[in-house]
Amino acid sequence: MEESKRIIIEGRGVPLRGHDVDTDRIIPARFLKCVVFDGLGDHAFEDDRAGLRAQGKIHPFEDSRFEDAEILLVNKNFGCGSSREHAPQALRRWRRGIRAIVGESFAEIFRGNCVALGIPCVVVDSAAAEELQASVERDPAANVRVDLLAMKVTTGSITAPLSLTEAARRQFLDGRWDSTGELLAAKAHIRTLAASIPYFKW
Amino acid sequence: MGKSLYEKVFERHVVGRLPSGQLQLLMGLHLIHEVTSPQAFSMLSEAGLTVLMPERTFATVDHIIPTTSQLRPYGDSLAEEMIATLERNARTHGLRFFAPEKGEQGIVHIVGPELGLTQPGMTICCGDSHTSTHGAFGAIAFGIGTSQVRDVLATQTLAMDRLKVRRIDITGRLRPGVYAKDVTLHVIGKLGVNGGVGYAYEYAGEAIERMSMDERMTVCNMAIEGGARCGYVNPDETTYRYLEGRPYAPKGQAWKQALSDWDTLRSDASAEYDDVVTFRGEDIEPMVTWGINPGQSVAVGATIPSPMDVAETDRASMEEAYSYMSFEAGKPIAGTRIDVAFIGSCTNGRMTDFDEVARLLRGRKLRVKSHVRALIVPGSQAMKQAMIEKGYDSLFTEAGFEFREAGCSMCLAMNPDKLSGREVCASSSNRNFKGRQGSPAGRTLLMSPVMVAAAAVAGEVVDARRLFELC
Repeated sequence: MEESKRIIIEGRGVPLRGHDVDTDRIIPARFLKCVVFDGLGDHAFEDDRAGLRAQGKIHPFEDSRFEDAEILLVNKNFGCGSSREHAPQALRRWRRGIRAIVGESFAEIFRGNCVALGIPCVVVDSAAAEELQASVERDPAANVRVDLLAMKVTTGSITAPLSLTEAARRQFLDGRWDSTGELLAAKAHIRTLAASIPYFKW
Repeated sequence: MGKSLYEKVFERHVVGRLPSGQLQLLMGLHLIHEVTSPQAFSMLSEAGLTVLMPERTFATVDHIIPTTSQLRPYGDSLAEEMIATLERNARTHGLRFFAPEKGEQGIVHIVGPELGLTQPGMTICCGDSHTSTHGAFGAIAFGIGTSQVRDVLATQTLAMDRLKVRRIDITGRLRPGVYAKDVTLHVIGKLGVNGGVGYAYEYAGEAIERMSMDERMTVCNMAIEGGARCGYVNPDETTYRYLEGRPYAPKGQAWKQALSDWDTLRSDASAEYDDVVTFRGEDIEPMVTWGINPGQSVAVGATIPSPMDVAETDRASMEEAYSYMSFEAGKPIAGTRIDVAFIGSCTNGRMTDFDEVARLLRGRKLRVKSHVRALIVPGSQAMKQAMIEKGYDSLFTEAGFEFREAGCSMCLAMNPDKLSGREVCASSSNRNFKGRQGSPAGRTLLMSPVMVAAAAVAGEVVDARRLFELC
């Protein structure tokens, strides 16, 4: 059963280097032809993986050293582009499932989509991102620990301070990232406000 | 101290503060399409919820629809399942669906404005990042994910953080042959693809004020490519003239009330912004992207930049772009051979885009180069009909373009319109990401519709101003 709170997320890491990794790369558009999210995990980074394979290289998502990874380590502006929730849905369905993402910065819609799925996107500075990625490459068996209470990421001998919005942090710590219930609680107020806004009557 | 339009519209829609500290924001208009909504309806059913305000959600089909023939069932059974699911969900929940069979279908960001659904002062959302388009009317409009589509269906509200506001002034006039697309690519090139994260972009200044609504939509459409979740333009006479008389625009007494309300929403002269940047309209050139994100662009007369021109931490990204595109630093972008030309999409698939291309092609006896496959894809069925009435079907066909049915088409290639292999496409769309146009090795050069038309005719990237004698 899924945990109801996100306080400390711990698991093996997978480093994915590069800035501006867009959601088309995370899950190419042809896999969006579906009416359910099931099965997306197998296609995460499909074209990037094939592209590197063709060059005789290996994508981290195909590298057996990282096959048990649950913490994704990225760089700047990760998840830019399309609003497709299919992107984080694919990541959380990839093998064991990505449960937290550590990076230098994130695109806004992607970050919000991750919150809705209970996946914290936490920010570290550039030097820390690099050190964490290098450390996981050196020792893929070591756990990466994302601690939302102490606000730090740890792996091996490296500890880096992390940041995320206070609202997201509270949602994870309290286990309240599924927003529908809270939004619905204000139903009467929603109707009153709507009735007061001119264009709702036109 | 005055307020910006963003602050005024945002504050008007706040329901209250949520336990997380986020604000609960009422949504005035919710647009849905076949790709990001089916799972939201499933989540709704699983939770035993219904649609709170079905009269405020409108549906269309655009991403997967074929542009050769829209006859049902579609050849692609997955695409057929997606439209059938959307039809069923719309019927079950009593939502208005703009059906292809009725000639009402089109790209979600084209149909909304065309029908007058998009209005100043609204909060607008859709499971599509290019929802920022609607900000051209002075609305707060932004893309959302599928879980949020569920939230809007169930509650007509969203949990939101307030954005900062950056005013972007484009002063003076654009030179002939320079279009809204060039403005938006110029801004992204200068501020970066993540420069707008955390911001709403307010586009202002004489060059923006002089633009038509179609052009303003092009600018706002790509705010998201600069990282800004929404972009907007203050409403003015141009906005009102566009809206008056459209099917969903207020009528009679309500129209008068609307005008006086909208007049109060414009940013105050004394508004304070979190940031202000200014660009001179005269400095903007026709732009072409050379890389794998929309910030990697150059003026058509310029050379592809060198990795040595950027910070060391950004060099790896540039190298990745060169390797994917097979371009070399220091080479001119003009002269790049193209295989495909695409004019369409929610960025540049509007009537004035086609009007301008038609104006330049007419009477010049220019034809698409024989090795180029060129597509004209209208943004909506109604627009296609209007284009036929103007004689554009024969004009474009005789010039060697394929004149297609309405849809998103080759912008993201979820329908059969795709690049193959390593083809290079001159495209009026919004993203040049790796594999974006349907081939994992396909290459996209973003530019204005007029530049795409010029490239189609020349068979390579050229300065449209010379080809069409614009200056």
